[in-house]
Amino acid sequence: MSGLVVIGASYAGVQAAISAREAGYAEPIRIVSDEDMLPYQRPPLSKAYLLDGVAEDKLIIRGDKYFADKKIDLVLGEKAIRIDRTGKRVELQNKPALAFDRLVIATGSRARQLPSAAGLQNIFYLRSLADALALKAQLSTAAELVVIGGGFIGLEVAASAAKLGKKVTVIESTRRLIERALSPVLSEFLRDIHKNHNVTIRFSETVTGMTQNGAKAEIHCANGDKLNADLVLVGIGGIPNAEMAADAGISVQNGIMVDAFGVSDHSEVLAAGDCTSHFNALVKRNIRLESVQHAQDQAKSAGSAIAGKQVVYDAIPRFWSDQYDAKLQMVGLSEGHDAHAIRGSIADNKFSVFLFRDGKLVAIDSVNRPGDQLIGRRLIAGGAMLSPAQASDDSFDLKGLAGTLAPE
Amino acid sequence: MPKVTFIEFDDTVHTLDAEAGATMMETALQGGVTSIVAECGGACSCATCHVYVDDAWVSRLAPKSDEEEDQLDSAFDVRPNSRLSCQIKVTEELDGLVLRTPSYQGR
Repeated sequence: MSGLVVIGASYAGVQAAISAREAGYAEPIRIVSDEDMLPYQRPPLSKAYLLDGVAEDKLIIRGDKYFADKKIDLVLGEKAIRIDRTGKRVELQNKPALAFDRLVIATGSRARQLPSAAGLQNIFYLRSLADALALKAQLSTAAELVVIGGGFIGLEVAASAAKLGKKVTVIESTRRLIERALSPVLSEFLRDIHKNHNVTIRFSETVTGMTQNGAKAEIHCANGDKLNADLVLVGIGGIPNAEMAADAGISVQNGIMVDAFGVSDHSEVLAAGDCTSHFNALVKRNIRLESVQHAQDQAKSAGSAIAGKQVVYDAIPRFWSDQYDAKLQMVGLSEGHDAHAIRGSIADNKFSVFLFRDGKLVAIDSVNRPGDQLIGRRLIAGGAMLSPAQASDDSFDLKGLAGTLAPE
Repeated sequence: MPKVTFIEFDDTVHTLDAEAGATMMETALQGGVTSIVAECGGACSCATCHVYVDDAWVSRLAPKSDEEEDQLDSAFDVRPNSRLSCQIKVTEELDGLVLRTPSYQGR
């Protein structure tokens, strides 16, 4: 038996391998990664890691010994370049090809590039530890920062830089922050806390071009303004690393198409994490998610499937972000919501926005109110009958309502 | 080096060398305690490194911050001896600490 080959050693790849082993898969497992570091934590890269001296070795998720104990071989610093699906081999850049019986593609996503930034100095993207190292080094001397894209990564870096006393401008092409994932109430809240920390946000603004101006980058805005920056952080979304799969004849549409067990349209090939597209029952269409929770939960299903155990992936999506003193937590998918209710107090920085679609609770965005999140997940999963009036009434017993639902 | 013991919900026992200054969450990940998930990487934002502290040890740990208390509110099956392992720093005094893990991590 050739066993399992996993391409990608971040959350999804590692979890798929671990779950396969834990579910009883006894064949060889090899994980190939083009990075030469052991799998590491990514959420801190835009936050604590930029601010203080989180040592790189503290970011390691699982150590060498762990993988050795689980009989999982890591092939680090080696790029997979081609999947020979019919020959059941993964070709590597420098080493001999790896034969497989089952393959998990967990190649993640990469930062979308800004064409006008090509060839300039001081332009940074943030995905990997190498990106974070470079960003941190430049941040130590930079005075003026421009962040292009008011999404999670951009805003987290903006908050970290503002805390370090930098002059920060965020350029956002739409009229509000994180429009795709957050309720308008949360967008406004974020706008205000950034404003309170002297971060300038330019809404409905686009970048028409960039030039090098000595040591600085000059950013040309559509309205004619020119901004100078010692550091430009571009955070305009991610692109799934799915080309290798597509080239191998695996179905790809904004991500590798997988079923509820992480299986692609070829049963020997599975995929998990940022690089996949899966059907989500909350929004009744295929979606692609970029989050640690998604990567790990989907990979658990994929790993289990490899060992012959069926574990349906139907977790309610969860996201989180830290900006200044605000801990944001989101559960569910707010897309297409048509009503909302606020529980708690925006003035006190402790509130949740309950979001409804067609009379059903579909998502909760919380700021410094983690207690609403667990109950919320159960209410959303259980299809609870909750009205906006009840949600905004602090005396209404949400826990009691969650308790009436069928156990998970 | 202090030794700490993690007992997972399925009774798997890990006795680990803990490095002073690291957190119990980091110690658990390094030592292969699979039921510690640590989605947020130690930012006290996800409640996926939830542990139950052995009764004999509860009062010997530094008290919970408000932030940890809040976050624990969102965890599954919280008990009086619940803690988030990312908020417990390893010290020499914690040699012999016993932590148990819940059957589900997260909110």
